[in-house]
Amino acid sequence: MPAIVPALIGITLVALGYFFYSKFIAEKIYQLDPDYETPAHALRDDIDFIPTNRVVLWGHHFTAVAGAAPIIGPAIAVIWGWLPAFIWVIGGTMFFAGVHDFGAIWASVRNEGRSIGSLTGDVVSHRARTLFMIVIFFLLMMVNAVFAVAISNAFVATPSSVIPAWTAIAVAVVIGVLIYKMGVPILWPTIIGTIILYVVIYVGDQVPVSLPETVMGLGAGPQWIIILFIYATIASLLPVWLLLQPRDYINGIQLIIGLGLLFGAVFVANPDIVAPMFNTDVPDGTPPLVPLLFVTIACGALSGFHGLVSSGTTSKQLNKETDARFVGYLGSSGEGLLALVTILAVSAGFASLGEWQTTYAEFGMTGIPTFVEGGSQIVSDGTPLSKEFAATLLAVMAVLFAGTTMDAGVRLQRYIIQEWGTIYKIPVLQNGYIATFAAVAACLALAFGAGGRSGQGGMAIWPLFGTTNQLLAGLTLLVLSVMLVKLKRRYVFTMVPMVFVTGMSFLAAIFQLWDLFNKGSYVLMGIDFVIIILAIFVILESGAAFTREKRAADAS
Amino acid sequence: MTWADIKKKLSWLSYLATEAYNAPYRGAVARAKRDEDDLFMLLIFSEMMGVPNPATYYTLELQPIMLERFHEWHKRAGMEHSPLDGFRCC
Repeated sequence: MPAIVPALIGITLVALGYFFYSKFIAEKIYQLDPDYETPAHALRDDIDFIPTNRVVLWGHHFTAVAGAAPIIGPAIAVIWGWLPAFIWVIGGTMFFAGVHDFGAIWASVRNEGRSIGSLTGDVVSHRARTLFMIVIFFLLMMVNAVFAVAISNAFVATPSSVIPAWTAIAVAVVIGVLIYKMGVPILWPTIIGTIILYVVIYVGDQVPVSLPETVMGLGAGPQWIIILFIYATIASLLPVWLLLQPRDYINGIQLIIGLGLLFGAVFVANPDIVAPMFNTDVPDGTPPLVPLLFVTIACGALSGFHGLVSSGTTSKQLNKETDARFVGYLGSSGEGLLALVTILAVSAGFASLGEWQTTYAEFGMTGIPTFVEGGSQIVSDGTPLSKEFAATLLAVMAVLFAGTTMDAGVRLQRYIIQEWGTIYKIPVLQNGYIATFAAVAACLALAFGAGGRSGQGGMAIWPLFGTTNQLLAGLTLLVLSVMLVKLKRRYVFTMVPMVFVTGMSFLAAIFQLWDLFNKGSYVLMGIDFVIIILAIFVILESGAAFTREKRAADAS
Repeated sequence: MTWADIKKKLSWLSYLATEAYNAPYRGAVARAKRDEDDLFMLLIFSEMMGVPNPATYYTLELQPIMLERFHEWHKRAGMEHSPLDGFRCC
């Protein structure tokens, strides 16, 4: 089948979802009010709370939620065939993610711009709030480990991306200094910085960098993991304006250029999809599609992490309540399209079915390199760019996304550990450096425990990460459902996604426990065990809160 | 397209870029700036708190300029009133 067909169907369905379904949700369920005074106005301080143009806010929301995860997830999940991944990404975006992200903004706007985590305490219960914090802690720990492994895989597979990826950091620091310290207007640094970045991609293409095969018994992959954690330690201690802020900005530009390039190339080259629609001949050891598909693709279909962004920063800047639909629903639609183009890249970017099967020879061994391989083929067919240049460009884009998530993750992890130090009165943990080292040590242990030491672990930890992410989404949907019950509105539109993802996460966690035991990955098994306990608590808590509120609402 | 149109487009682009750059980190950057200012404040008033400062002769001149922000600073530091004897604030 020509790739253009699913591309068009996907885009059309997401557009229909925006025009009809989100309109219905906005008018009938969340009942947005254009005259409601949003926190951006009511609590305006021109720092956190500031009314922002909805297009700008959408751009900021979209770039904050879209990262490496909607690339890695689909690149793994296509092993079951491209159609299941396509259906889950498009259906999930339309009926799950859109409602979830949009709802998280609405819930926060109606509660003084507070985050979903803190809302959980009021709306559901204090236990649920504690649960929320624990799930977030695990999610962050896994994010750092999983992205370190993903970047190291990309560096090993595409050595030409090494120089540009590290140069991007230097470019970001220069932009940060120019803007913050020297007050230079932003336009010129942006244009010059972007040009430098693309010139360096060309240089990287000519000068690939590979680490020695082994140093002290460690392969190239694990060496990169260590270097990346050293980098993340330093980066997370630097002031935000120096690295994180300009880097996020550069990534946003990369994202828009990359997405445009990929979709443009799909439409021009119109490659044939070589991957099977349903893969009936999956390699040995591939887990069953249900429930694993629904946790392998989290970001791109539904992701709890979005709730944190929606209720953390976006809701504080919403100019009108009715903008929530545009920002939230279209934000997740943008991410769905990134996942869609990844599916097309990894299913149509190969020359033949045989080549595709060689790549998808084992579950969990694909990821950024597969996306780069398939995507660069399509880009080189559809544009004048060479395959090597396109590969470097896409690898750099994915590495930058993953890298930013990683240093932001270490930073957040440090805040949490410092907070524990304050709560439990352990002065040592309150020290920023010690907290950072503790965070990094935990993540490093996890990355190596997941099989990174041999460099053969692939993305074994990925489904666990997805499971945690979906549990978080389940909790956010629980808050939304309980709010709707209290308001005596129809709650089925948030309730069904909640039951579905929580159930799938629970089943996936149970299945993985057995699988990890058989593989002898005891570190991951331990984590999976904790996730199962968390899932049980989420289910119990949801059931209890729901019946309680339903009874109260019926009685009144 | 006239020159004015191009200028208008550029200024819109520049606005978009500035917002895209600043919006996500406005709070974090404001806090970082405030911390830097607080350190500066501490340097200026350090002699009054018994911390020797070799540059007092010069920083003394800055005290009246910093006075307005002094009130906010001691409130933020958790002190109801000025912590300095002989330097009343509120």
